[in-house]
Amino acid sequence: MEILQTPFVRVCVTAFFVFLLAWPFLVTGDYLWITLQILIASIGAVGLNILTGFTGQISLGQGAFLGVGAYTSAYVTAKLGLSFWVGVPAAGLMTAMAGMVFGIPSLRLKGLYLAIATLASQFILEWVFIRWEPVTGGSYGITIPRPSIAGFTFATDRSYYYIVLFIAAAMILFAVNLMRTKTGRAFMAVRDHYISAEIMGINLFKYRILSFGISSFYAGVAGALFGHSLKYVSSEQFNIEVSIVYLAMIIIGGLGSILGSLFGAVFMILLPKLLSTLTVAVSADFPAVARLAIAFEHGIFGLIIIMFLIFEPDGLAHRWKMVKAYWKLYPFSY
Amino acid sequence: MTFQYFLQLVISGLVIGSIYSAVALGFVIIYKATRVVNFAQGELLMVGAYVCFGFLVQMHVPFWAALMLTILFGMVLALFVERLILRPMIGEPVISIIMVTIGLSLVLRSIVSAIWGTEILVYEPKLFPQEMIEIAGLPISLEFVWCFVLSLFLLAVFSLFFKYSKAGVAMRAAAFNQQVAQSMGISVKHIFALSWIISAIVSGIGGVLIGNINGINSSLYHFGLKVFPATILGGLDSILGAALGGMIIGILENLSDGFCKTYLDLSGVKEVAPYVFLVIILMIKPYGLFGTKEIERV
Repeated sequence: MEILQTPFVRVCVTAFFVFLLAWPFLVTGDYLWITLQILIASIGAVGLNILTGFTGQISLGQGAFLGVGAYTSAYVTAKLGLSFWVGVPAAGLMTAMAGMVFGIPSLRLKGLYLAIATLASQFILEWVFIRWEPVTGGSYGITIPRPSIAGFTFATDRSYYYIVLFIAAAMILFAVNLMRTKTGRAFMAVRDHYISAEIMGINLFKYRILSFGISSFYAGVAGALFGHSLKYVSSEQFNIEVSIVYLAMIIIGGLGSILGSLFGAVFMILLPKLLSTLTVAVSADFPAVARLAIAFEHGIFGLIIIMFLIFEPDGLAHRWKMVKAYWKLYPFSY
Repeated sequence: MTFQYFLQLVISGLVIGSIYSAVALGFVIIYKATRVVNFAQGELLMVGAYVCFGFLVQMHVPFWAALMLTILFGMVLALFVERLILRPMIGEPVISIIMVTIGLSLVLRSIVSAIWGTEILVYEPKLFPQEMIEIAGLPISLEFVWCFVLSLFLLAVFSLFFKYSKAGVAMRAAAFNQQVAQSMGISVKHIFALSWIISAIVSGIGGVLIGNINGINSSLYHFGLKVFPATILGGLDSILGAALGGMIIGILENLSDGFCKTYLDLSGVKEVAPYVFLVIILMIKPYGLFGTKEIERV
């Protein structure tokens, strides 16, 4: 409760959570599905923000780490026949291990070099997904079941939504609290000036690897939940573009801000949906430009990333703060 | 594995590697002068290949004119990109700059596929003779030889440019220390623009060469990603390193693919081998063969 400092904020957050609980009964079909994807993406984005925003280690491999989680959970549930409740933690732990292994170069590398190393890990893992057929099913992928407890299967999106909502809420709460502990402070010290941090007695290697581990744990859980939501896992779902989307989420949302990761997740999940709705609408009216519109979907996506970086480099979280500050002093805001 | 097969792998690796070198050269020029990591290098190559295709095949312009027009187009594009996108980003953290070039790559890719579609297009007529010649008992297509020679020529021209020409020396000075360069009367802004122009030209020519051999399609930008193993191996800010690194990576990927196919019965190693090498290089020699070591003092 300490993280919510004023009664007003407490009321707001509670109201928002109640609203999220009621949400499946207000909407159906596509909207529910999109909300589900936003929740899953926000877990992944918070994870990436712990690594990139708080610890300052750039990762271009988030997509592949999501994949490791999804495949682990798929293997555990579909091939070993264990339950979802074993699969998801297993996915988290497995991905955390993979993340720590690929995080080892961070001992010597930083900034750009680390970005390139994680880019390499993305391609290597993607290759493993396609080629390690006994486990990953190769290019056919794996079909996986929805979770169930004591005979009740969470088969509909609506019931599955509640599982995802509670996992997401718990993990985001943990992340917010983590940043207030010794570990979180150490992460920020490593980001801001790692030489000073080392002089102050922070073990750089330990905290960098730990950050990779925690971040990948989040990615793994998000990947597993994503896999179970689609009931199908294949390698195209975790390519380099996914990594780019996640990186875009935390940059557009705001680096080093948990709230920002949530804004980013909402924005980056909604944007493609909006664009494709727009494309469909346009091509229905003007069939001649349909091909152009489809081609430009990605281009507009790229353009928005560029615009954000040029005009709002601190992200949506910063803008949110400005708006709040403006209304706090409302009639006398200058 | 016969020696002949081995040699064949080396030679075809060398040819692809020479294209990697050209793209890596473009990457290094931008990195050295402006400290921008350009994730859109492959897209510059792709744009070059498609624009040349447009002039040569669709408008029936003779080759030399098409090449000139492609180079001109590359220059204008590079100027726009540098002025509109990269200049506002000066002083931003590495991650923002990486992200902005990724955004740029998405935009360029979508423009190309909007104009030319995604199917494979073939240069017609072919620029280089198609006959086979024999080198050391191996039949080799003459266009491979041409491609290799032209990329070597490109690399030589630009190494000389950096060593002796006034603009080249100014660029090296700006790369060494921007403030000192500015106080010597070098316009750093012009240097930034110039480095983008040169980079676009080099990559564009690389694109034209590869388009001639393999045809062009929308996955041509993958060449841009192979730049990372090449430049990390050679050293991120070394021109000689880019040239050598590209060729070594080209040969290594071909050889490892061949070895795995023959001995381990494992196919498709080609796509992943450069990145495995990349990780290994980063672990043992992160600043590459010729790169400047970053020394930190407290």
